[in-house]
Amino acid sequence: MIGLMILLVYVAIFVISFLIVRFVVQRTNTDFTSLKTVTFGDESAVISNRFASVVSVLTIFLLWGSFTGSAWVPGFLHAPGPFVGETSFTYTVATQDGERDDATVHVRVVDFGEKPEKFDVPLGDGLAKDDALAMSASRSATVLFDKNDEVTRKEGTRVVAIDGVPIAPGGSIRTDAGRFALTSKGAISFSPPKGLQMEPIWLPPPEAVVGRVIEIANEGYRDSTLWKHLGYSLFRVIAGFFFGALIGIPLGYAMGLSDWFRGWFEPIVEFMRPVPPLALIPLVIIWFGIGEVGKIILLFLASLWIMAISARAGVSGVNISKVHAAYSLGASKLQIMRHVIMPNSLPEIFTGARVAMGVCWGTVVAAELVAASEGAGMMIMVASKFQLTDIVLMGIILIGVIGFGIDVLMRRAENWLVPWKGRS
Amino acid sequence: MSGLSIESISMRFDLPNGSSVQALKDVSLHLKPGELLSVLGPSGCGKTTLLNIAAGFLAPTGGQITMNGHVVKGPDAERGMVFQQGALFEWMNVRENVSFGPRMKGQTEAEWGNQVDHLLDVTGLGDFKDKAIFELSGGMQQRVALARCLANDPDVILMDEPLGALDALTREKMQGLVLKLWKETGKTIILITHSVEEALLLGERLLVMAPRPGRIHKEYRLPFAEMGVGGDLREVKKAEGYATTREEILEMIWDMEEEIMGRSEEMQ
Ligand SMILES: Nc1ncnc2c1ncn2[C@@H]1O[C@H](COP(=O)(O)OP(=O)(O)O)[C@@H](O)[C@H]1O
Ligand SMILES: [Mg+2]
Repeated sequence: MIGLMILLVYVAIFVISFLIVRFVVQRTNTDFTSLKTVTFGDESAVISNRFASVVSVLTIFLLWGSFTGSAWVPGFLHAPGPFVGETSFTYTVATQDGERDDATVHVRVVDFGEKPEKFDVPLGDGLAKDDALAMSASRSATVLFDKNDEVTRKEGTRVVAIDGVPIAPGGSIRTDAGRFALTSKGAISFSPPKGLQMEPIWLPPPEAVVGRVIEIANEGYRDSTLWKHLGYSLFRVIAGFFFGALIGIPLGYAMGLSDWFRGWFEPIVEFMRPVPPLALIPLVIIWFGIGEVGKIILLFLASLWIMAISARAGVSGVNISKVHAAYSLGASKLQIMRHVIMPNSLPEIFTGARVAMGVCWGTVVAAELVAASEGAGMMIMVASKFQLTDIVLMGIILIGVIGFGIDVLMRRAENWLVPWKGRS
Repeated sequence: MSGLSIESISMRFDLPNGSSVQALKDVSLHLKPGELLSVLGPSGCGKTTLLNIAAGFLAPTGGQITMNGHVVKGPDAERGMVFQQGALFEWMNVRENVSFGPRMKGQTEAEWGNQVDHLLDVTGLGDFKDKAIFELSGGMQQRVALARCLANDPDVILMDEPLGALDALTREKMQGLVLKLWKETGKTIILITHSVEEALLLGERLLVMAPRPGRIHKEYRLPFAEMGVGGDLREVKKAEGYATTREEILEMIWDMEEEIMGRSEEMQ
């Protein structure tokens, strides 16, 4: 239900902001790139709309905030929250003899995170006495109405109506106060309106997550500061990738240049490549333990095959005319290796490096989920055990941001070092 | 004997399926220093194969190539090569490309600087020295390839359809440039082309090859290259004999193509 609502709101924002930007903001903007609706193979020709990106990100935060009742989203944009405060309802009992009486239940519903405290109310008169109920928002509570009544369920007394609406054991009704059900034993189960907002335990509001970032950045989590956790993960990725490239690139070159090397390593590389690094975690833990060595070896293995294959592709992809031209310009084999084959393979190697860094980052988080005493994955793993959803979310967001940052840096380096990529 | 000698070269390619292709059969030819030979022939008649053998990239299955008396055993700086496209080094700028040969020989910039800059000016690349290769048009890229070859000062320049990928107008200008460079430098040049006009305009000698097996079909000695040096190539096309020779060669190649088509129809 809520999911469908969110989807509808999301689609509505998508369509409305599109229409606004198209017909109000960017009406005058018609250049030739806008005519190029389909481009194949040329990344740079497809420009994404900046407005769309900004609105998209804002929409996510808006939806997040409004369905969690965030303080950062103005109140009128909040999805209806769960009922909090005082309410009451009246129940009607009927004894076996057919005598009837009404009594009121006073309910105090406290917000998420607060502790419901018992309170007393005057009993009132008649057979049934008034009751007091303290409960948490979005929960259900069972009222043992006959604890203080003169007639009890044991004697055959039954609740027959709530707020004047008839109800039978096992049945349920809905009134302005909320939803009521009678248990099979005849007790009243009361659920005040839940509203459309998520409970913090499922999805905390954005300010809770940001608060956690600040708190953990200042005070640390599990004996290490936030930066130390992230630093550990990054260090493992960089160390693993470094060794993977250090061995993988020369291996790929050797495979691209010599049929013996190619024949020797091809079965190994082709077999290892489709094995997901995650599948190696158990074996690596058995062999090397859960310490740094094991993790770095895992990431080394994750990047090794990718780097070897991309270096091999870079070498065998060299246009034979370039090599011939270099030969007839008087270059030696070593010079051709250094000045033609190696630079020519750089674009492929960079593509491989970007893939490898992505895979390594994913693998390190997974490895830390399994076993680690520091690291981004370990933070969310431990937090999830204690149902600290805000830390889990914080971890996921930071992992995403860092992964994105790595890719942006790799692309920058690529543009700087191999500007001819895809343009020759 | 000085110059480039192609001595009864044969080339057979053994295909993986067990059959074989006779790409060249008993091709002989002598080029004196400073001669410009254009080679024409239907596609698949072995022109590229012949050039690759002359360059030393391929070892022939029969015969040999000699260069100024010694037998060619592999690629060497004395025989420069200009390819159709894709042979420039994208990771170097224009000047680095052109100076590649001298730099590989270990020369310092003081040694090659003047010559390279001169060649860049001659080929009209003076203002593009520091540009990246992918920033240049196709015509400019071929000028870089020419300059790079000349900067290495080879005795023979082998060109495999060097202007094949250019548009008509650029192509005409480049033909003028090739003639000019040939006259100025006095290099021996073999130029393979698909275009009968280009072969006529540039070839002091013109070789028509026939396919299956690749062999020399007919050779011409032509006056048009001399006429074209420093002059207007379009005027040359109006010269006496140009049109008739052109028709004759076109007919010859047409017949060969017909024969190839006919044969492949029979095979089916
Ligand atoms: N490496 C090779 N392996 C097998 N056959 C080849 C090879 N190179 C060329 N050939 C064959 O030799 C013949 C001549 O090719 P080529 O010299 O490229 O012709 P051209 O340049 O005149 O078009 C063609 O039939 C071609 O299929
Ligand atoms: Mg060819």
